[in-house]
Amino acid sequence: MSDGEEKREIAVWFLSNAPAGEIHYVAKDVRALLGDEAVYEAAAAEAFPEHNKAHLVALELPDRSGDIIITTYGELDKNNYLDPRTAQVATVDHIKQKCTKLRPAADEELPSAYIEDFRSALDVELSKYVGEAYPKGVCAVYCTSGKDIEGPGADFRFAAVISAAKRSPQNFCNGNWRSIWTLEFIDGLQLVEIKGKIQVGAHYFEEGNVQLDTNIDCKDSTILQSPEECAVSITNIIRHHESEYLSSLEESYMNLSDATFKDLRRKLPVTRTLFPWHNTLALSLTRDLTKELAIGK
Amino acid sequence: MEAAMDLMRRMPPGRAETALNALLSLIPDHSLDLLSQVDLPLQVCMDKESVKEYILCEYNRDADSYRSPWSNKYDPPLEDGTVPSEEMRNLEVEANDVFSVYRDQYYEGGISSVYIWEDEDESFIACFLIKKDGEGKRGHMQIGSWDAIHVIQVGPEEEGAAHYCLNSTVMLSLTTDNKQSGTFNLSGSIRRQMSMTLAVADGHLVNMGKMIEEMEGKLRNSLDQVYFGKTREMVCTLRPPPEVLNRRLPDS
Repeated sequence: MSDGEEKREIAVWFLSNAPAGEIHYVAKDVRALLGDEAVYEAAAAEAFPEHNKAHLVALELPDRSGDIIITTYGELDKNNYLDPRTAQVATVDHIKQKCTKLRPAADEELPSAYIEDFRSALDVELSKYVGEAYPKGVCAVYCTSGKDIEGPGADFRFAAVISAAKRSPQNFCNGNWRSIWTLEFIDGLQLVEIKGKIQVGAHYFEEGNVQLDTNIDCKDSTILQSPEECAVSITNIIRHHESEYLSSLEESYMNLSDATFKDLRRKLPVTRTLFPWHNTLALSLTRDLTKELAIGK
Repeated sequence: MEAAMDLMRRMPPGRAETALNALLSLIPDHSLDLLSQVDLPLQVCMDKESVKEYILCEYNRDADSYRSPWSNKYDPPLEDGTVPSEEMRNLEVEANDVFSVYRDQYYEGGISSVYIWEDEDESFIACFLIKKDGEGKRGHMQIGSWDAIHVIQVGPEEEGAAHYCLNSTVMLSLTTDNKQSGTFNLSGSIRRQMSMTLAVADGHLVNMGKMIEEMEGKLRNSLDQVYFGKTREMVCTLRPPPEVLNRRLPDS
């Protein structure tokens, strides 16, 4: 491997491991350490798009009509992303994390009217829920397969994505919540199979570096009904699983300070008093004596 | 170096070793600084002679061998490996014995090692290490580890007192993994410094021990209250629990 190639791979590794909301700080450090603009630019061009998609980064649309989430589900090509809600395609500058252009989506980029009824109904319900549950949350619903189906009789798939990020570098704290729900509408069984993955990350770095990294997979299903009925029941299921998960995180934190931490290091010794450093001479003499006795046995 | 240390504050604590190796190949000229400033999880080795485990670190390494604090021998054997002076070695032996008892009382298990050697101008340096891996006997944690590194610089004795400068790092990792609650990993490291001038009448070991005990208490508290508190707060900011949502005014 050439020197430049190895350096580029290292730079990509650092950038891909950047915590939520910190890739620009990592990029600044990496750039300074590399001292090689060409290598840095090659690394950034590779790592930023992956980071933006993996973290479900939300960017403001240039016409201020809302945010677009950067995800593989909306990716038309490397720099163009579909916003299904407004039926627009945004051109994205991954490194600056900005939308540079906006155009109406072409007909072939959008689902059929039949599919759109299901998609938009779910989008409305999900937006209501996200607005209530996440102070800084955004969401989007994409059709990932079967978008040209004209009516009942065939299967299709959606992906519903929720992203909430909080950046607070002045308080040395950043974090994000990401959920991806894949919905399989199975016509033959009149069923919607629901699979979810929730990931939560948080980073606190004042005089240290502490990171929370959690994820969970969920599974559920509901009956295939009218677009509106489906939207309500799917959103209820998502709400249920996400609230349950939040409670389970809370519980993990509780156990952490009560029991888990104690397993590693107690607050006070078993004797419930500070360690008798002054009597250690006696202590080590006793040990010596015990040792000698043990040898003598 | 500044950029390198900033990166280390941002990379996942569980990947510190990979991050350090990456930095070493990016800026090989700063290898010494990197190795002394970046803390990695502690490694353990078995002293075959005294059948006791000891901790490996930069302070008991000579070439590719490590010195056991129990037998004072290098593994793999090293004929001319540096050893502390007799006076320092006596203090080291005592410190290892006493610190084992301390460790047992606070950690109920684990491994500890103390290394002591002369520094310039009649001062010396002592390094106290503790490693504890927990299976979680109280049943909540699946994998947990606590690694503590305390390095104390002890100045020369003047008028019955000496200056102690303590640099401490604790690295902590807690993981639970099950079907119900998914994967939960909380890990990190914090670093603190403490300086004191103390009377030597009671001996260096008593002074160093007390400082370490106080420091460990503070570090444990910070990790528990501040660090875990802050990440928990972040989760609640992202998705407030219902009781918080209900309390909030509609337009705030």
